[in-house]
Amino acid sequence: MPPRFGFVSHQNGPVASAIHLNDVSVTLGEVHALLHVGVSFERGTITGLLGPSGSGKTTLMRAIVGTQRVTSGSITALDAPAGSAAARPLIGYMSQAAALYPDLSVQENLEYFATILDCPRSRVTELIDQLELGPRAHAMVRDLSGGETNRTSLAVALLARPPVLILDEPTVGLDPLLRRSLWLLFHELADSGTALVVSSHVMDEALQCDRLVLLHQGQLLYDGPRDELASSVGAASIEDAYIALATKGRS
Amino acid sequence: MTARRTWATAWRILAQIRHDKRTLALIFVLPTGLLGLLAWMLTESPGSFNYWGAAILGVFPLIVMFLVTSVATLRERTSGTLERLLAMPIGRGDILGGYAIAFAILGIGQAVVVSVFTFAVFGLAITGSTVLVATVAVADALLGTALGLAASSLARTEFQAVQMMPLILFPQLFLCGLLVPRDQLPVVLEWLSYAMPLTYAVNATRDATTSTGLSWDYCINIAVLLGFSLAALVGGGLTLRRSTK
Repeated sequence: MPPRFGFVSHQNGPVASAIHLNDVSVTLGEVHALLHVGVSFERGTITGLLGPSGSGKTTLMRAIVGTQRVTSGSITALDAPAGSAAARPLIGYMSQAAALYPDLSVQENLEYFATILDCPRSRVTELIDQLELGPRAHAMVRDLSGGETNRTSLAVALLARPPVLILDEPTVGLDPLLRRSLWLLFHELADSGTALVVSSHVMDEALQCDRLVLLHQGQLLYDGPRDELASSVGAASIEDAYIALATKGRS
Repeated sequence: MTARRTWATAWRILAQIRHDKRTLALIFVLPTGLLGLLAWMLTESPGSFNYWGAAILGVFPLIVMFLVTSVATLRERTSGTLERLLAMPIGRGDILGGYAIAFAILGIGQAVVVSVFTFAVFGLAITGSTVLVATVAVADALLGTALGLAASSLARTEFQAVQMMPLILFPQLFLCGLLVPRDQLPVVLEWLSYAMPLTYAVNATRDATTSTGLSWDYCINIAVLLGFSLAALVGGGLTLRRSTK
């Protein structure tokens, strides 16, 4: 069966770390947003970045895309320093805010970002079709529903067929049908070799991920396969495992 | 920095303004209407509109373009689109250049529309050149754009951006020679007025309304005005950092 969304495979080379964070700390004023975090994100894998609000998820993602300066440590994206001119075209970023122009249509938004990313116009049409935005292509973004806005924002992140996708809470506020559809898309992208880092503060979403990275108050609680998390701390669920690890860290 | 990305950014900003009828009205209709009101107010006072009209012709583009540019740029900063752009392979110069080009086009359009109405419809009569007066209006619009871009970097909300207006523009309006001749100001204020770009706009307007041809003084005043605009643009550009601390 052909892939539903028809993405190009990124699995030509050997499986390697797409993103590598080496002992990264970020201090925002008096707050340690990230503290000595060392973690890698692999190609062809969906990594769930989990933690409550304020745990450092967004800071970590912004550091990967290069919009958050790190206080110490280093980050490489496909062997290029994070945020460098070499790394920026390789990473698709969907921030928590829609980050679209509300007074432009869906198509106008995509066409503008496509020009910035050197993508052909045909790619815009392709994504509008694939993300089922066709009927709303000429609607102003300010008039879209939450789900349509999310899909438009995701389309921008997918424009350049990046080998790395950083998605900050992409399914927040979506209805269950749309959420399932997006997770299908993420799995297909991972199957084609894309490295996906998907943040969420909803523990249920962890079940969709291959690997989990758990953050609590800027510190790394867990980094490993999803299936091994619960058993590693003798917990019944991922949520219980998180609570057990966070409590242990505090004590 | 690439010409294609800069033009794409300018085109995108113009498309946003095209969809925003209130901003279009603020840029083109409001200044024209206010000058018409001024002409109407001064109908019983012969010669007054010729004195005030020309000077105010240059002030409106400055105020309106400052307001529109500062709010539009700040919206880009706060909505997350600037961060998304900066995570892409686009130069800071492309973004800044795009803004400068788009608002310069709008500023030129505004200056032309307001000038045509002021001279042809409201009957502003000057001994000098109407083209040179209109050129001051264009230079003022560019200055308003540049100052608006710079001011947006100092504000965190749209309300704060609007608050910048009295801080940055009002002292200039008081000291530029529009209300009180500068040589009648206290010495300290007269010296201070030299540091304010609007002073050179008023000087250039006075020169254009009284001399029949292009004078050396006019050229110097316009050059200083453009120099201030360039400095404000560079200052605004320096605040456009790719990553935050």
